[in-house]
Amino acid sequence: MAGDEETPPALILHHLPNFKLSIFALLRSKYTVLDPLDDPPHPSFPELSNAARLMLCAGPTPVTAAVLDRYPALECVVGSSAGINHFDVAACRSRRIRITCAGDSFSDDVADYAVGLAIDVLRRVSAADRFVRAGSWPVRREYGLGSKVSGKRVGIVGLGSIGSRIAKRFESFGCSIAYTSTKKKPNIPYTFHANAARLASNTDILIVCCALTDETRHLINTEVMATLGNSGIIVNVGRGALVDEKALVEMLVSGEIGGAGLDVFEHEPRVPRELFALDNVVLSPHHAVLTPDSLGAIEDLLLANIEAFFSNQPLKAEVQLEFAS
Amino acid sequence: MENVGVMMTTPMSAYLEQQLQQRFTLFKLWESPSPTQSLTRRADLVKAVVGDTKIGADSELIDSLPRLEIVSTYSVGLDKIDLEKCRERGIRVTNTPDVLTEDVSDLAIGLALASLRKICACHAFATTGSWKNGDFQLATKFSGKSIGILGLGRIGSAIAKRAEAFGCNISYHSRTKRQTKNYRYYSNAVDLAANCQILFVACSLTNETRHIVNREVIDALGPRGVLVNIGRGALVDEHELVSALCEGRLGSAGLDVFENEPHVPEPLLELENVVLLPHVGTDTVETSMTMADLVVANLECHFLKKRLLTPVI
Repeated sequence: MAGDEETPPALILHHLPNFKLSIFALLRSKYTVLDPLDDPPHPSFPELSNAARLMLCAGPTPVTAAVLDRYPALECVVGSSAGINHFDVAACRSRRIRITCAGDSFSDDVADYAVGLAIDVLRRVSAADRFVRAGSWPVRREYGLGSKVSGKRVGIVGLGSIGSRIAKRFESFGCSIAYTSTKKKPNIPYTFHANAARLASNTDILIVCCALTDETRHLINTEVMATLGNSGIIVNVGRGALVDEKALVEMLVSGEIGGAGLDVFEHEPRVPRELFALDNVVLSPHHAVLTPDSLGAIEDLLLANIEAFFSNQPLKAEVQLEFAS
Repeated sequence: MENVGVMMTTPMSAYLEQQLQQRFTLFKLWESPSPTQSLTRRADLVKAVVGDTKIGADSELIDSLPRLEIVSTYSVGLDKIDLEKCRERGIRVTNTPDVLTEDVSDLAIGLALASLRKICACHAFATTGSWKNGDFQLATKFSGKSIGILGLGRIGSAIAKRAEAFGCNISYHSRTKRQTKNYRYYSNAVDLAANCQILFVACSLTNETRHIVNREVIDALGPRGVLVNIGRGALVDEHELVSALCEGRLGSAGLDVFENEPHVPEPLLELENVVLLPHVGTDTVETSMTMADLVVANLECHFLKKRLLTPVI
């Protein structure tokens, strides 16, 4: 269903001031874009936004109940992130508002990055690069030994779009794959563990790549990390809050865990300073999706879903919300 | 075998030293006041040389050891051994193939990912407080890229296997064409470089392969190309590589080896589009021990008159 003959359909643009996608200009040419941050605002903002059925949530901008209340005719929010932890999912469910997310748009890049971080931590790639740049090689002659990657036991927390790709990559390194998930998946050749602690006790490389929800907050806690132990490493490409960051920092500094590759943190852009001096820790500024390929893929998906919504066509990458009938 | 004299050429591994010390009379070339003095005094006692990638067994060393029977190198590469001379003198040579294949190929992939995804630069960015002012620049996707491998031996094949899991397509150049599944063969390095985005240098260093990656190959790889060298520094014309990287004619490089280790060309130390490693391809706790065990086992086999485990000559 389009708008009436003269007005293109209305689309609420929900984003933080510094966050822009390159498709914003194209959207403005195709639809009636209502951006509450526009200055001056759209002349008919109040009545158009009141009737708007679709919102584009660009970036991890919180979609709270209060935000949803401003747009009473909303039927769908098209999101640009892999995760939906910035949505009040219960509020969407009760208002029967559909949500779409990034689907597979980023999955290859995030999976590649997780493997890259793991190799870096175990083989000390970044630390050895710093050693060479500091001019230390002619002086100290040897860098020191890292830890072998091939053949290690990989444990994946969350075997979704990203986790399954990580598994496939590590299999080519002769690694064994085990996982934990909310439930065991059928027809998967990997060993299932009922919880993160059991997984960690059989793991050398623990990869965290599940969704952040109320249930998974601090899923990787002191107990799990102690079980992983000083011969194990953690790679987090999910969300900072999946890991108890305070405990993680303490255990890395004390050597109770063998190392970590972290792309996400509990309070981005704050990165724990205590980790800067550790050669077995690789830090990254939430960079796993920042390639032209991933950004191009998400923008294509967003445009396609917006078009599909207004044409009453099926949506891609829709989150299953299980509305009460 | 305690009376058998074994000479280690460099302090390559404390564990290996210890293992050799337990079984043989160990001479350490680096501990003598002057190497020539040491050699003259002990020359008659040395029946085995254990060398590595830094100091092997060149013509001079072999000539100075009249009783030398075997060279057992702590490496798979043979470029530091005068093989011709060993053949003439009937000296056996062993190396450490297979046990290090995984480590080197793992690191090759790690270098490709670190280069393309700017992992080292991301770490530096994250530790300087710059993140507060905005995101770090975009990096380049690895999955699905076209891969070229120079030298499809044990290590080259292991790199190919890993890259395939990332959805990459594989091409290669080798002395001989192989019976491989889906890998495309090119008869020369320039054509290979022109048809791939990431070029892995994984062949052995011989007189024929010295500077096989020359200016022409580097230009063919191009401003969006990535060069990963885990073979030997001298496989690449380092002077040309440095200018190509500085001028942007080559996109980026991941280098574990250099022509004149431990010296890395100064201009590289300032570049953001390189990852520089101090020849750590096999430097893991696990593999360094396995390599050492293989060196020792080969020596024991020789002196017990059993078949060598991994003979080259």
